[in-house]
Amino acid sequence: MSARKARPVSDLQLGADSSGRFLPWALAVMVFLAALALAGALALDGSIDGWRRGVAAKLTVQIADRPDQPMAPRIGRAIAVLHDIPGVKSAVPMPRPAIEALLEPWLGADALQAGGLPLPGLIDVTLDEDSALSVAALAARLQAAVPGAQVDDPKPWLDRLVQLGRLLQSLGGGIVLLVGLAAAAMVIFATRAGLAARRDTIELLHLMGAEDGYIARQFQRHVAGQALRGGVAGIFAALLILAGIQLLASRVGTGLLPGLSLAWWHWLALLVLPLAAAGLAIVTARRTVLGELRRML
Amino acid sequence: MVRFQNVGMRYGPGPEVLRDVSFELAPGSFHFLAGPSGAGKTSLLKLLYLAHRPSRGLISMFGQDVSTASRSALPMLRRRIGVVFQDFRLLDHLTALDNVALPLRIAGADEKRTRDHVIELLTWVGLGDRLDARPATLSGGEKQRVAIARAVIARPSLLLADEPTGNVDPEMAGRLMYLFVELNKLGTAIVLATHDTHLLQDFRFPVMRLRGGQLAIDRNGTGGAAA
Repeated sequence: MSARKARPVSDLQLGADSSGRFLPWALAVMVFLAALALAGALALDGSIDGWRRGVAAKLTVQIADRPDQPMAPRIGRAIAVLHDIPGVKSAVPMPRPAIEALLEPWLGADALQAGGLPLPGLIDVTLDEDSALSVAALAARLQAAVPGAQVDDPKPWLDRLVQLGRLLQSLGGGIVLLVGLAAAAMVIFATRAGLAARRDTIELLHLMGAEDGYIARQFQRHVAGQALRGGVAGIFAALLILAGIQLLASRVGTGLLPGLSLAWWHWLALLVLPLAAAGLAIVTARRTVLGELRRML
Repeated sequence: MVRFQNVGMRYGPGPEVLRDVSFELAPGSFHFLAGPSGAGKTSLLKLLYLAHRPSRGLISMFGQDVSTASRSALPMLRRRIGVVFQDFRLLDHLTALDNVALPLRIAGADEKRTRDHVIELLTWVGLGDRLDARPATLSGGEKQRVAIARAVIARPSLLLADEPTGNVDPEMAGRLMYLFVELNKLGTAIVLATHDTHLLQDFRFPVMRLRGGQLAIDRNGTGGAAA
């Protein structure tokens, strides 16, 4: 008597021919590309939020240096005017060392230490978050009270930056979608090839009373395994690359690069990609098999 | 149980290979199917095991009109039919045990009971020591016995066998016929296509005789003109 206990390999002997052997490799590449695109989109999400938090409801007032007028009283006048305007939460003069620190990357430390450079006065203005304040009206009042005062409103360029960020995010999402469609197309191709190679066996199973779902489940199990194997390899490679980029970015410094910062749930979303690939492969294989089998008796 | 009324069948746009075929199979009946090569035996069997639909006429099986039955209704009907194919159609990558177990697994039977049942049947047909053998290592007669075991394992209501004793020695042929007769006594209707005139003479079951696509039934079961 036989000592074997295990359920046999699939009735359809999937994986025995070359029709689907490329699938794990192709899905590994797809998950790798999708992970990079998704990581980019998610990192941008964090950056956009950071930009918004940093400069929303903020204005900078710049008072040009005039040799005939001392800076301190002009700053004091400007702050007094600002405090009188409804919607202004605070107006704080920026200390000279902070202004020098801002200029140092462009002018160099030596030029600043030598002194004699006419530096503008800067005032950090914070607005109430729900303020409907007109920046143009505020600028006009300041100009009238303190000649040479200019208001730097970051909102217009921030809006353009956010728009660009959102566009890049959409591009990332589009790439993930395209990669998903390409992966589904490959699963369809491999499944059809597998069905064509097993037409006789499938007919035999049908004649023994197999329902289409019985045959589809064997394909589903097979492609799920392939997708998981490929997906894990792809996400592993992508995580290595992302970790490398993050390390390099941290060495370059945060001032010049929009930092690639991923929150914990971003990493979690990336780790879900192999499962998503397996889910996509299962659904695609099932629909393909059931669609093809409907044409058989 | 099975009723054919004026059934015609053609492959694609070709000529009719079966014409005006009418007959009934009662539960527990036993019929031989005889006729020269090309007479339409295989086509008639294909209609019976639901691999083809008729071009015309009415086929009723187990109380259902299969000419118009939906695809989703066919699996349950097919599970009541066992088929022994002339070319066996065993799955080469599966062992004898797994080939025979297929109909039960497809029907979702319990795995432990399936194994026990399959081992018992394969032992009965003399293949108890060949459970793990794959078809490539089996002789023609052994393959035939595996094919027969697979066809009868689920105790079908209708068994269709195409030359089931063609590749075995007379002793094993007798043993297999005994299996068919025992199964028939338990209520399975059997249609057995054969060229073997001795078989027809020995068992004297009614003979469905096909010639040129037309069917005549010899209810007295005489053997002489089988082929």
